[in-house]
Amino acid sequence: MSEERSRDTPEQAEFRSHCRAWLTANPLPDAPVRLPQSAIEIMHTAQLDYLREWQRLAYAAGLIGCDYPVAEGGGGRKDCQIVANQEMQRAGRPFLPNILGLGMAAPTIHLHGTQTVRETLLPRLFSCADIWCQGFSEPGAGSDLANVQTFAERRGERWVINGHKVWTSLAHFADWMILLARSDRTNKYEGMTYFVVPIKAELGRAVTVRPLIKITGETGFNEVFFDGLEIPDDYRVGAVGQGWQVAQTTLLHERGAGPMVTPSSGRGGDPDRQIADAYGLIDLARTSPRAGKTAADDPVLRDRIMQLIIRQEGSRQGARRARVPALCEHPQRIPLQAKLVMSEIRQDACALAMEIQGAASSFAFSDANAPDGGEWALGYMNSYGVTIAAGTNEIQRNILGERVLGLAKSK
Amino acid sequence: MTQPKDFGFDDDAAMLRDTARKFLADHLPTDKLHRLVAANSDPYRTPACDWDQNLWRQIVALGWTTVAVPEADGGMGMKLAALAGLAEEVGRAALPSPFIATALATLVLRECGGEPARKLLGEIATGRAATLATTPRSGAWEIDACAVRLEGGKLQGSAWFVQDARKADVLIVKAASADGIALCAVPVNSAGVDIVPDAIIDLTRDQAHVQFDNVAVAPGQVLAAPGKGAAALAAAEPALLTIIAADMCGAAEWLLQTTAEYARLREQFGHQIGYFQAVKHPLVNLMIALDQAKSLVYNAACAVDSEPERAPAYARMAKAAAADVAAYASNRAIQFHGGIGFTWECAVHLYTKRQKHNQMFYGDGSYQRAKLAELLMGAVGSGAAVGYSSP
Ligand SMILES: Cc1cc2nc3c(=O)[nH]c(=O)nc-3n(C[C@H](O)[C@H](O)[C@H](O)COP(=O)(O)OP(=O)(O)OC[C@H]3O[C@@H](n4cnc5c(N)ncnc54)[C@H](O)[C@@H]3O)c2cc1C
Repeated sequence: MSEERSRDTPEQAEFRSHCRAWLTANPLPDAPVRLPQSAIEIMHTAQLDYLREWQRLAYAAGLIGCDYPVAEGGGGRKDCQIVANQEMQRAGRPFLPNILGLGMAAPTIHLHGTQTVRETLLPRLFSCADIWCQGFSEPGAGSDLANVQTFAERRGERWVINGHKVWTSLAHFADWMILLARSDRTNKYEGMTYFVVPIKAELGRAVTVRPLIKITGETGFNEVFFDGLEIPDDYRVGAVGQGWQVAQTTLLHERGAGPMVTPSSGRGGDPDRQIADAYGLIDLARTSPRAGKTAADDPVLRDRIMQLIIRQEGSRQGARRARVPALCEHPQRIPLQAKLVMSEIRQDACALAMEIQGAASSFAFSDANAPDGGEWALGYMNSYGVTIAAGTNEIQRNILGERVLGLAKSK
Repeated sequence: MTQPKDFGFDDDAAMLRDTARKFLADHLPTDKLHRLVAANSDPYRTPACDWDQNLWRQIVALGWTTVAVPEADGGMGMKLAALAGLAEEVGRAALPSPFIATALATLVLRECGGEPARKLLGEIATGRAATLATTPRSGAWEIDACAVRLEGGKLQGSAWFVQDARKADVLIVKAASADGIALCAVPVNSAGVDIVPDAIIDLTRDQAHVQFDNVAVAPGQVLAAPGKGAAALAAAEPALLTIIAADMCGAAEWLLQTTAEYARLREQFGHQIGYFQAVKHPLVNLMIALDQAKSLVYNAACAVDSEPERAPAYARMAKAAAADVAAYASNRAIQFHGGIGFTWECAVHLYTKRQKHNQMFYGDGSYQRAKLAELLMGAVGSGAAVGYSSP
């Protein structure tokens, strides 16, 4: 019996059997093109169409949105998304493409949105009929997110939006956006309001999306310009002036510390060359020549590989400990570390992998000579996306120091 | 086998730990600890053994020494996670006592089997304090490193780095013989036993080296017969590392919370010093490293009970992480207390010294990682010899 299964509630156990049966009976065909390492690097419709179909099928089988109410297109279950995630990962399925929708828009809409928005938009979000993006950052509002200037002007029962968002992942495919806008210029924190706004339907009219290119050469994030976009008041999420509070729900989920479990399935990249974790460095070291032996014979590299494995295992066991309240000093202490720790372990593991590969680390993933399909080097470059996005790791350290250790606010 | 999700840390373990935390906070607050162990600051003072024997009697009455003793031998037979919880509290209070030494001895005795070991376990449950005498002068932690010989029923030689020797009633002596390693129980007042106190840096324990000169060992004192001792020690090793690591995690939590409190109180340049990110971010880094170490401690404790084949690797991870965080916590704690942190009066040095001691005890971080690499990667030069899948 598996570790998870041995502690399932009756509902989880029944649901787990369902997931396993469905995943076994419905193998996914191989991807027709190379998949990117994560959803925020999807470049082509060929990649998107394949992943979109996977999400649609998984939703139809009940593996997505499990814990949301039935009226919102969910499964109406309790604590079952975590089960579906474990089973999708175990089955080696690729990641779900609508990541900003599932991870951020859905919990925010569920907790703060109007009934119409919840009931019409969430089912389409879960099935991937609509792709979502997150319009928070602006040229002048990055870490200082509360400095957003994109303006929402109220006109009777409608709002008119003007402004400029940046680093907007997936906007090039997006149907909808969660938008944090200023509605009152005289009040910084109480002057923001949160909306859902259509993107694709307004392209070429009130909305312009311009792709940005990442350091890897991949696309995936964009600039978005609003030029008099009109929306009904029904698209407002939460009260006027309460945008900052609503955005906290989004940010908490973005950092993996919110109350709703985000559907997540697996990894991308070359399916035959998974660089999923630090244990993979052991095999890499055994096959990488170094000073007439292998990198696995170099005591310094051995020590550094062990350091990473220990950090990774420590954070894995931390996720387990976070669910044992008696062993936690503060309920948010481990959850608020999640994105910071995960992203730095990933960055350091990829950097160490490149050192282990030595000269061969110079090959790009597009070169057939690249060891492990070039995934480590690509992963290294992409790792900065995660140490910067979702609140930089410096900001995460501020949050942890202030909320958990009670230190004075740096800002 | 698989592990329970809660690491085996059940309601009883939580209650025991919570009671211990309150008991130590009430009976050994930091100022009292300071008066107890730091009354004499003379660097040339004779080796001290400062502890509160009355407190120890109460601890025995509370049942702490029975936690790891099997039920069949008169103990509570709780999971190792419960003992780790207690060890954390002992570390948090920097308690001077034979608790940890006796716990380590208990864990070795559990692996010995046989009547003499079981009898001694029963005595430990009722308050007899024990300590391991298993390390030679070189400080080598390897099981085959031994400078005591057992020949014709007599012990000859020396054991070093014996923890809390002057608080213990009985020594668990590792001795080499023609037939291999043996383990013997030797009461501290036996004829031919000379306990020589060491002057050590840590003020919260005592340490000694012990000379054995023709010390007679009766059959009832043989805990593991020649040839059987090495296996018992090897089997106990993951649990020993885990409990020492738990002590360090508890002490690191004290250092973290005490330093965070100081960073909330002390003001400079018109700000609490915790406002400055050169103070704030290292404290957060410390918290993250500590949380990883603590998670690894409970994972290792749980593996000892329910997944023993993985326990050696998991325990190395726990000890490595805890040793490093012990050092880092002390380092930042002194620095962020400024000048006051450098004074004898400030309690931070008591913890720093205890942490330094435990960091090296049974091997520091790089030692553990070298051993871990042998488990996961095979020995240096073994090429692609061993297959290991991630747990
Ligand atoms: C791959 C990727 C995808 C993204 N996707 C989205 C998206 O979909 N939607 C969206 O809205 N945004 C997105 N972002 C934007 C992201 O949220 C911002 O980049 C991030 O919040 C940092 O803002 P900034 O880029 O303006 O950097 P700045 O805020 O200018 O920061 C620059 C540097 O200064 C440091 N710094 C700033 N303030 C402090 C402080 N108080 N204390 C200490 N250090 C400080 C930062 O840590 C950083 O190192 C994405 C970013 C990336 C890289």
